[in-house]
Amino acid sequence: MTNLVEMRGIEKRFPGVHALKNVQFDLRPGEVHALMGENGAGKSTLMKIMSGIYARDGGDMFVDGKPAAPDGPRAAQNLGIGIIHQELSLMNDLTAAQNVLIGREPRRRFGRLDEPALNAKTAEIFTSLNLAMDPRTMVSTQTIARQQLIEIAKALSYEPRVLIMDEPTAALNDAEIRELFRVIEKLKSEGVGIVYISHRMDEIKRIADRVTILRDGAYIDTLQAADTPLSKIIQLMVGREVTQTAPDIPDTSDNAVALEVRGLSRGKDVRDVSFNVRKGEILGLSGLMGAGRTEVARIIFGADPHDTGEILVSGQPVDIRSPQMAVQAGIGYLSEDRKHFGLAVDMTVRANIAMADLTQFTSRTGVLDEAAMKRTADQYINQLGIRTPSDTQEVRLLSGGNQQKVVIAKWLLRDCDVLIFDEPTRGIDVGAKSEIYALLEELAAQGRAIIVISSELPEILRLSHRIAVMCEGRLTGILPREGATQEEIMKLATQTENLADKTKETTQ
Amino acid sequence: MTAIPNVNKQSALGKLFAGGAFQKILAFASLIILLIGFSLASPNFMQTSNMIAILQATSVNGVLAIAATLVIITGGIDLSVGTLMTFTAVMTGVVLTNLGMPLPIGVVTGIATGAFCGFISGTLVAKMKIPPFIATLGMMLILKGLSLVISGTRPIYFNDTPGFDLISRGSLIGEVFPAVPIPNGVLILFLVAAAASYILSRTVLGRYCFALGSNEEAVRLSGVNTDNWKIAIYTLAGAIVGVAGLIIASRLNSAQPALGLGYELEAIAAVVIGGTSLSGGRGTILGTLIGALIMAVLLNGLRILSVAQEWQTVVTGAIIILAVYADNVRRRKGN
Repeated sequence: MTNLVEMRGIEKRFPGVHALKNVQFDLRPGEVHALMGENGAGKSTLMKIMSGIYARDGGDMFVDGKPAAPDGPRAAQNLGIGIIHQELSLMNDLTAAQNVLIGREPRRRFGRLDEPALNAKTAEIFTSLNLAMDPRTMVSTQTIARQQLIEIAKALSYEPRVLIMDEPTAALNDAEIRELFRVIEKLKSEGVGIVYISHRMDEIKRIADRVTILRDGAYIDTLQAADTPLSKIIQLMVGREVTQTAPDIPDTSDNAVALEVRGLSRGKDVRDVSFNVRKGEILGLSGLMGAGRTEVARIIFGADPHDTGEILVSGQPVDIRSPQMAVQAGIGYLSEDRKHFGLAVDMTVRANIAMADLTQFTSRTGVLDEAAMKRTADQYINQLGIRTPSDTQEVRLLSGGNQQKVVIAKWLLRDCDVLIFDEPTRGIDVGAKSEIYALLEELAAQGRAIIVISSELPEILRLSHRIAVMCEGRLTGILPREGATQEEIMKLATQTENLADKTKETTQ
Repeated sequence: MTAIPNVNKQSALGKLFAGGAFQKILAFASLIILLIGFSLASPNFMQTSNMIAILQATSVNGVLAIAATLVIITGGIDLSVGTLMTFTAVMTGVVLTNLGMPLPIGVVTGIATGAFCGFISGTLVAKMKIPPFIATLGMMLILKGLSLVISGTRPIYFNDTPGFDLISRGSLIGEVFPAVPIPNGVLILFLVAAAASYILSRTVLGRYCFALGSNEEAVRLSGVNTDNWKIAIYTLAGAIVGVAGLIIASRLNSAQPALGLGYELEAIAAVVIGGTSLSGGRGTILGTLIGALIMAVLLNGLRILSVAQEWQTVVTGAIIILAVYADNVRRRKGN
């Protein structure tokens, strides 16, 4: 059986970076081949070469045994190679159907569009995905998870023989992931070869047939997924052993309450939410996408208004109506979308860190003190272990984990006592994840109160001292970590108000 | 499973907002309020002759604004529509008056000149990657200069071409319905608007207009030749500007080479008042038409109320700011 795709001795250089060094990769029909490696290992670069977005500097690529060099996305599509990008690449102002079939709209004569055919064709694809969505739905009104599903539908609409999935589950909840895996199984049975990139180790065991590992742009090994323990894969990825066991939880039950919310409500998104966090405690906030976790965080941070309820900091009621007031009250919020809301990625590490509190570095005449900014930046680079050549490196050139540390440095500079982390390890690789975990634990040990919002249950169970679970805007329960299980959390996360009514309906 | 009913509710609500219905209603309501306000203030306002004068005044700016709308929806901007309009009028004058060609060739020349210049602007933006603001600023000055050079800085009159003035001033509608002598210039505006609206909502070109303004990189990665489509949109916009050139030349029965500068800003103002987003991806021709009408009604009404012209300009500026602010407030509430 010939390989669908075979890549040999692939080389790629970017200015100042040797991104791929003599890398090999092959894909057979009907298999899921996982491509593993830390951020910056070269996975996405390799896949961009395969899908025609980058040109390779050296090496050979064969499709169906014939030499191939796709010079653009369209050329790759013609070879049957489709890709689902890690960053959502949808047009928000168009409908789902218009997005799915962009570039291949059913046409009538004179360039006129056949909108009914467009919608019908998309509806067909949605049905095969078990996706309940009107093709005429505007993309901008959909949650990130559902946008991800539109993206997947778009890739499938090309009927690819090779499908590259770059972090397809990053925004999906468990039910949606199960649905995606069902689709993957179906594609496999049709002989489609799938390249699967993910940072969620448990998924590799569930669906991958083979695993290829890259490290620092170099090929390390290709292994059978079934008989390779995860620890071995992780070890090959990072080049050292990584411990994933949770440390003991310090007893914080006697500490003062740092933040308390009582009866917080806003429309249907947040309904009567009450909880507290003590100093030195890490509170996990779990739930499915759209459960209202981010909404709660944004209200506490003053980014959104609330209808009723109160917020108390150190026992004192505070009236927070803007992020500025939240910062003054000592509350920091690290958004899930670092690039959008947390960082000026084209500016240097130093500038980004100092931006948190420029007054601190401004002389009486209004001139910025670069030397003081450098001292502070260097101090945080050391303290947080930010891997960067210097404090004048542009942030966009850092890996995801190091970018996250720069965001953390900004908030530490502002001296916040309460820090809310929204998906702190999203898009961050295994090695950097445990560093971020250690950092969060250290921040808590210093007496800060930490709230972590995460969709990954192992992460919540690993980090949290207590776990608050939300469903449809309500807080459905708070669990202590001892004895908490993924099943228990999922039960609370799906405990809808009208669950009882619904089961009645379906049985009738 | 349980999240599905919730999401459906969201999407129904989303459809309402995404349709841009509020945007149009807001602009339309302002137009009605203006009409009622001026009628109450002056009995001369609601006369048929005055209404036709308003429409007549809208025709040139309206057509230019439609051209600008296409480019703005792609996320670009076209500062050259004013001087391009003059340039197409001058070229028509050269062909008809200086060369003595027949009328249809003059009409084709005007539109073709517009399309050609639009093609150049589009190429500068798409292929040479010059930001639209700069590319069309350059084109604006080049075309202004060329108009003066070609015409020898003197107006070109169309006295030798019988029927040229009818393009704008005649009234086909008036011949059929004598009670409503709507001039041809206005008829052309509505025809252009209908055509542009159809292109935007029903054709591939229109679809890529919105797609480019929404997320150009995503369109490119979908295997679409974004450069060529962008050039096509600028070319179409240029051709529409050529139509505006014919209307104004016909109305003045001459090509005035010094005219043109400033029209682009009025056109962009109409687009913005009509609710088209300057960041691209959203906009409607109907909104632009209403925007152009609002500006014409305002100027006409203020003139009837004998407000000094200086103040009319001040009010126009304030209206633009107000329109965008109102749209922002609406959007914030929507979210």
